[in-house]
Amino acid sequence: MSSSTSSLDARHRQLGLTDDEYARILDRLGRPPGDVELAMLSLMWSEHCGYKHSRRLLRRLPTEGPHLLLGPGENAGAVDVGGGLAVAFKVESHNHPSAVEPFQGAATGVGGILRDVFAVGARPIAVLDSLRFGEPAASSRSRYLLERAVAGIGFYGNSIGVPTVGGEIYFESSYEANCLINAMCLGLAPHERLIRSAAAGVGNVVVLLGALTGRDGIGGASVLASAELGEGDEAKRPSVQIGDPFTEKKLLECCLELLDRELLVSLQDLGAAGLTSAASEMAARGGVGLTLDLCQIPLREADMEPFEIMVSESQERMLCVARPECVGELLAVCERWEVLATTIGCVTQGDTLQVLHRGNAVAELPVSVLVDDCPLYDLEPAPAPSDLYGSPVAVLGGSESPAEVLLALLRSPNLASRRPVFEQYDPVVQSRTIRRPDEADAAVLMLPDGSAIAVSIDGNGRRVAVDPRRGAAEAVYECSANLACVGAEPLGLTNCLNFGNPEKPHVAWQLIEAVEGLSEACEALGIPVVGGNVSLYNEAPSGPIFPTPVVGMVGKLPHASRAGRLGFACDGDAIALVGPFDPAAAGSELSKLRGEAPVGDLPDADARAIRVVHEAVRARVRSGAFRSAHDIAEGGVAVALAECAVAGGIGASVRLPGGLDPFGEAPGRGFIVSGPREALAGFVVIGTVGGDSLTIDGLLELGVSELRAARDGGLAEWV
Amino acid sequence: MRFGIVRFPGSCDEVDALAAASRVGDAVLLWHADHDLQGVDAVIVPGGFSYGDYLRAGAIARFAPVMAQVEEFARDGGLVLGICNGFQVLCEAGLLPGALLVNLSLKFVFRQVELEVVRGDTAFTNAGPSEGRLSIPVKHTTGRFYAPEAELDRLEAAGQVLLRYAPGHNPNGSLRDIAGVCNEAGNVFGLMPHPEHAVDPLGGSVDGLTIFESMRAHVEQHVLA
Repeated sequence: MSSSTSSLDARHRQLGLTDDEYARILDRLGRPPGDVELAMLSLMWSEHCGYKHSRRLLRRLPTEGPHLLLGPGENAGAVDVGGGLAVAFKVESHNHPSAVEPFQGAATGVGGILRDVFAVGARPIAVLDSLRFGEPAASSRSRYLLERAVAGIGFYGNSIGVPTVGGEIYFESSYEANCLINAMCLGLAPHERLIRSAAAGVGNVVVLLGALTGRDGIGGASVLASAELGEGDEAKRPSVQIGDPFTEKKLLECCLELLDRELLVSLQDLGAAGLTSAASEMAARGGVGLTLDLCQIPLREADMEPFEIMVSESQERMLCVARPECVGELLAVCERWEVLATTIGCVTQGDTLQVLHRGNAVAELPVSVLVDDCPLYDLEPAPAPSDLYGSPVAVLGGSESPAEVLLALLRSPNLASRRPVFEQYDPVVQSRTIRRPDEADAAVLMLPDGSAIAVSIDGNGRRVAVDPRRGAAEAVYECSANLACVGAEPLGLTNCLNFGNPEKPHVAWQLIEAVEGLSEACEALGIPVVGGNVSLYNEAPSGPIFPTPVVGMVGKLPHASRAGRLGFACDGDAIALVGPFDPAAAGSELSKLRGEAPVGDLPDADARAIRVVHEAVRARVRSGAFRSAHDIAEGGVAVALAECAVAGGIGASVRLPGGLDPFGEAPGRGFIVSGPREALAGFVVIGTVGGDSLTIDGLLELGVSELRAARDGGLAEWV
Repeated sequence: MRFGIVRFPGSCDEVDALAAASRVGDAVLLWHADHDLQGVDAVIVPGGFSYGDYLRAGAIARFAPVMAQVEEFARDGGLVLGICNGFQVLCEAGLLPGALLVNLSLKFVFRQVELEVVRGDTAFTNAGPSEGRLSIPVKHTTGRFYAPEAELDRLEAAGQVLLRYAPGHNPNGSLRDIAGVCNEAGNVFGLMPHPEHAVDPLGGSVDGLTIFESMRAHVEQHVLA
């Protein structure tokens, strides 16, 4: 364990630790760390693993709720969905690996979030993705990242038999260098199968399951995930992991059978920082020590160094703890599933993570130093200057007719049909999906008792750039609105906070304001945060990305057969505009097409009124009074009406309330609903379903086929 | 009437096929490493990515121990249905004619497609609308049916083409829009669309049920009777 201090001085900086952090390590250990120890500490104290700049801030988020079963801190959060079942879910980023190698980066992003979910004992039942790229028309790199990331997501999710049921994609030039790949997974488990990751029981056995350990992903958490992107990132490709969904499929089935047979004390996936992080977290949560023998670990390359084994991010591996008397049966189950399983250590008394190699201790670190002593930094915020982000290239001049504006919006990459993307994903495997993409505002999955869960993922970086607090709150409102449109009541949410470099005051300010906005909205709607992920340093020499908090929300509806749809359904139905909808142009999709920078005032939101209207929409979807429901999002009322018409294959004739901006936006506040005229009594009826064109009185008249053609064309040419 | 659904490592739609078959009869899973078909009346080789589809889709699965029993069962006239990956496996095993190539788009495609029933008088199509249409989803990367021209002529003349993609619905470039073919004896059938994903009205279509109902009707009439 000895190594000269002078050679390590330079080493700690190479590994991403500051001099102050290194001094803190010396202080905590009372000695210089060895090579392996320093490698382990550099990862556990990285932003990605240690949440150095966000941990204090995240305490602000509400984490209590009546349906909560597992909260933040576990591999995934979980809520009760009735019938003795729990839904576990989490969203996580894989941004920097995907910017370097989009196919494998996105694929292993899916693989990683799946493991997080089955690590708590839940069978993964759905994946959603939230993606951000630069402008496809202007950038061949963005088209390449889009095509390869989508292919990678499909490759992993399709092959492992988990449906991809939803997601969102936005294109903005701020994501040109730094694309965002956030993947969310939901899993289903009987309550009694939910398992925690805390190691327990001195003398119990630590078993490594799954793939061989190789040199892939060495230092991914510190090298890729915790620094800005820049020149020479091509050379970082070896830091990107390689995915093998076939191995993970066997691992998944094997782990679920091990849990069903009650052979495991705890289970943990190997993600960022590999064995180092998995072992540290298991030990820390259980208040025990662990001893690991590296010579037992099956390697892909025989001559791997001890530090490489400890930090390898090879995919498709899990770590579990089992009682000694269960190990025989455990190994037999693994053999049946053709899953490699190796006893690599044991649970010990105390607080030491001991790592042995050829009989020598190459690391002996207090678990508390690895997990708890990582320095936490206070952010030093200063409001972002209004010219932080430039103006986009104008697509519209301002002299276009409303009809031309509507067609341009429907054609714009941010609003166009996502069919070219979602046709590359399997949305139906496992036979639960009753609302696929484009059928409703949220995906709906049925449960065995005839009820259903609904899920939606949302986030609009441009609006958060305009006003981080209100913009972030809007993501919560919009997800809740999406759930209301299928009749679902929110049970919990997960978030992924994608931001730039938090050491820069304007990014720190965006982060603080956005978390405040999320907190306020969650509290107002009574929705707990069950867990999530933070991705910082999403920044290139050209500047930070739009601040992009992504919200994934899970809800429940009592009758799957009553799940709502977005398309107009019946000739002659009345159409109503529902909700405290008071839209504005700032931050809207139209403002972007007009070449306006993301500045201005987002409309204020009355959270209490929003909650009331969401409850009202939900109740009427459930009762069948509303035959269609769609929330008014990007592109305003005009686009929402067009989407309802296209989805239903039937036109509509409406007159908008006086003074209403047809293209203004106020996400999460307004709905377009349709139903029998008497069922809409008490709402603001604005028109009637019927015909083969959309007519907005005094504004425009366009054929449904014209609307569909515009919407279908926008993205197809880029995918 | 009992269906047996083969489960390979990497199968994804075996539970879906089990659930679909259970709507019309009894159904059990058959483990790839077993040499026992448990006395089932019909075998389903399901969709998914058996053995990761490594090497070539279906190429490894055909050598699984259970496949020897499936081949023997087929030679003896037992009904064998291959869905998607199962179709690929049966082609690799030589139980069905032709081959499945990568889609013309080179991409995975999920789509609800319309199928034309070419023959409504077979063990797999007798319960459906004869010469009618079925709405069933496809989802695959390697689904482009291919055979040499002369072989295609022979298949059509012999009445072995049972399903075609309706005009405008061919999702993968399959020759002559072929979506499903059977062997000469008519007891082994493979198709790329997933009938097990069109069995519940909540999912949007129940047209896939006719395949399973046809198999039950055939078995009850010809085997169990």
